[in-house]
Amino acid sequence: MNALHIKKGSTKHSAYNLRPTFSDVEEKHTLAVLVENEPGVLARVIGLFSGRGYNIESLTVAEVDHKGHLSRINIVTTGTPQVIEQIKAQLGRLVPVRDVHDLTVEGAAVERELALFRVQGEGEKRVEALRLADIFRAKVVDSTLDSFVFELTGSPEKVDAFADLMRPLGLCETARTGVAALSRGT
Amino acid sequence: MVVQALKDQGVEVVFGYPGGAALPIYDEIFQQNEIQHVLVRHEQGAIHAAEGYARSTGKPGVVLVTSGPGATNTVTGLTDALLDSIPVVVLTAQVPTFLIGSDAFQEADTVGITRPCTKMNWLVKDTDMLPKRLHEAFHVATTGRPGPVLIDIPKDVQFATGTYTPPAKVVEASHYKPRVKGDPDAIQELVEAIETAEKPIFYTGGGVINSGSAASQLLRELTDATGFPLTSTLMGLGAYPASGKSWLGMLGMHGLYEANMAMHGCDLMINIGARFDDRITGRIDAFSPNSKKAHIDIDPSSINKVIPADIPIVGDVAHVLEDVLRIWKARGRKTNREALAKWWKKIEGWKAVNCLKFKNSEKTIKPQYAVQRLEALTKGMDRYITTEVGQHQMWAAQFLGFEDPNRWMTSGGLGTMGYGVPASIGVQMAHPDALVINVAGEASWLMNMQEMGTAIQYRLPVKQFILNNERLGMVRQWQDLLHGGRYSHSWSDALPDFVKLADAFGAKGIRCDNPDDLDEAIKEMLAYDGPVIFDCLVEKHENCFPMIPSGEPHNKMLLGDDKAEDAIQGAGAALV
Repeated sequence: MNALHIKKGSTKHSAYNLRPTFSDVEEKHTLAVLVENEPGVLARVIGLFSGRGYNIESLTVAEVDHKGHLSRINIVTTGTPQVIEQIKAQLGRLVPVRDVHDLTVEGAAVERELALFRVQGEGEKRVEALRLADIFRAKVVDSTLDSFVFELTGSPEKVDAFADLMRPLGLCETARTGVAALSRGT
Repeated sequence: MVVQALKDQGVEVVFGYPGGAALPIYDEIFQQNEIQHVLVRHEQGAIHAAEGYARSTGKPGVVLVTSGPGATNTVTGLTDALLDSIPVVVLTAQVPTFLIGSDAFQEADTVGITRPCTKMNWLVKDTDMLPKRLHEAFHVATTGRPGPVLIDIPKDVQFATGTYTPPAKVVEASHYKPRVKGDPDAIQELVEAIETAEKPIFYTGGGVINSGSAASQLLRELTDATGFPLTSTLMGLGAYPASGKSWLGMLGMHGLYEANMAMHGCDLMINIGARFDDRITGRIDAFSPNSKKAHIDIDPSSINKVIPADIPIVGDVAHVLEDVLRIWKARGRKTNREALAKWWKKIEGWKAVNCLKFKNSEKTIKPQYAVQRLEALTKGMDRYITTEVGQHQMWAAQFLGFEDPNRWMTSGGLGTMGYGVPASIGVQMAHPDALVINVAGEASWLMNMQEMGTAIQYRLPVKQFILNNERLGMVRQWQDLLHGGRYSHSWSDALPDFVKLADAFGAKGIRCDNPDDLDEAIKEMLAYDGPVIFDCLVEKHENCFPMIPSGEPHNKMLLGDDKAEDAIQGAGAALV
C-alpha cells in the first residue's frame, strides 16, 4: 500500500482531469431518430449534442407521419464507438424520442442529399460547367448570361465531388439540405 | 384543474411561492383544504424542500412558483434533482400566451432555460392539454430513472376552463414505458459469476433507494445470504444497514479505506444502481483493474458510459434482484465459501487500519468528534439526516450509520451548498414527528438560511447542527493540498452570531465550543421541542480523510495528516 502525498502547490491533480483519452478511431455514423412532433423536440436533441460535446456533421428534420405526430431527424455524427453508443443511449432516454436507429450498423442504407450551386463564369468555363453538370445529372434551375444555378441530388460524396469540380469553374454559393437516409430492403 | 390533477395524483404538500402569473392557481389553493401549501422564503428553498420530501418518502415532491424569477430560481434545484435522480414536479406560471415573446414583465423562456436540467418539460398553451401534461409529468418523474419534470402554465391557460382527463387514461396512452425487467441471459450470467467469485463485492447506489423499499429488502436478503461484502455510494447510504455484517462503509474519494481497497482488489464487482461517478472511480484506467463488472441500472445510458460492463443488465433494481435471488436459490445457493473466507480475512486486515481515526483534542471540538457524539446520542432513534455540501457532509457520511433507506438526504451529484436547510424542512413536513437534523457547515448553511422562517411558520422542529470552522473547509483543504496553502477567499469573515440569529428567527440557539460540554449541548438540542440552531465551534484547520486525491486510483489513498504517515507504513507492512 502506498500513501500518496501530493506536493504542495502541485496543480496536475485537478478534479477535472479524470476522463481518459480514448485513442480509438473515430467513425462516422448516420442515425435516424423518430421523435414525437412537439415544440422544442429539435432543441432537445441539439441541446443534448452541444451539452455533452458530441459532433453534428449534418442534420435534417421533417414531419413524416402527420397522424401519428412523428418527425424523423437524420443525424450524421462522428465519434469513437464508445461515444456513438453513448449518443444513441442518451437520445433513447429523451422522453419524446420513440426510436433510435443507427443506419450505419443496421445494414446497408441509402443516403441522399439535395444541393444547389451557383456557378458564375463566361466562355470556356461556362461551357465546361454545363458539360460536367450533365455528367452528374444536375439540373439547371436558374440561368443568367453569366451564371447557372444547378440542382443536384445524390450521396454526400457525389455532392462533394461535384462541388470540387465546380470550384475552379466559378462556384460562388452553395446550399445543401443535409442527409436524408433510409435502410435498404424491407 | 391544476389543483384537481394534484389531488388525483395523491399530492398532500406543495412547496411554493406566489407571484403575479401564478395567482389563479393560488386562488384555487385558497379555496380547498386537501393540499397543504408550504410558503417558502425563496424558490430555491421550495425545490430543495420538495427534494427532501421526495427523498424521505419515495413520493414525488411538488413545487409551485411564479413566472420569470420564480422559475429561474428553481434552476439549481432542478439540476440537483436531475443529477441525483429525484422525482420532482415543478409547476411554473408563465405570462399569458398572447404576451409570450414580447419581453413581458416577469417573462422568461422557462422551458428553454430548464430544458437541459429537467428530465422533461412542457409549456402548455391549451387548457384541454393541461391535465394530460400534469399527469404525464408525474408519470415521467416517477418511472424509469426518476427526475425533475417542469410544466409551464401561462396565466390565461390557468383562467380558462377545459375538459379534465383522469390520470389512468393518460398513463395508458403514454409512450414513456421504461424497461424494468432485466435480460434473463445476463441475469443468469451474473448468478454464475456469484457462484464462483473469489473476491466479490456489492457496490450499491441511489438506484436501490429510488427503486423502493422492496429493493432494499431484496438487497439485504441477497447480501446476507451470499455473505459478500458491500459498499455504497454517498447516495445509497441506508439501503443496506450500517450495522449489517457485510457493511464496509461508503466508498469513493472520502470513502473508507477497506471499501476502496476491496473495490480495487475484487474479482467480481456487482454495481447495483450506481453510475461510476468520478468521485467513486478516481483514475479510470486504474479502476479495479482485475475484476469482472456487472452493472444493474434502469438507465441504458449509464451502462458503458464510464466503465465498460462485462455483464450489463438494464432494469429496475427490485425486479432484477428478485430474479437474481430466485435463480441463485433455485441453483442451490452456491458461493465459493473457501475463497470468500480468505477475501474477508484480507478485508479485515484493511479494516484494522482504522482509517477514520483522528487525533482528538481536549481543548477544541474536532468536527469528527462532534459527528461521532451526534451519532452516539441519536443511535436507535428513527432519525432523518440532511446535509449541506463540504467537509461536514463527508464526516456525516463517514461517522453516521444508517439502518434504513430514505433517512439520508444529501446533494451528491451537483454538490449544492444551501441544500440542507430547505431539505430538512421538506423532510419534516413529510414526517412531522420524526427527528430531523441538518448537519451543516456554517458557509453552506448561510446560503439558504432564510428558510428558518418557514420552519418557524409551520412549527417544524428541525435541528440545524452547524459545524462552524469559520472556513469553507473543503475549499481550504484543496487549497492546502493543491495550491500551496494559499487560502484564497476560503474563510468566512463577518459571520453572524448564530445564537442571536436563532433568537431573531424565534428558534432556540445553542453554542458549544468545549468538548466536555458537547454531550449536554446535543442532548439539549434533541430535547427541545422546536427548531434549533446549534453553533458547534470546531477545530478550524481539520482536513477530511481518508481521501483519494483526484486522478489517483482506489489503492492510493491519503490516510490523514502528516501525523498519520507512520501509521500508514505500519499498517502497510501488515497488509500485502
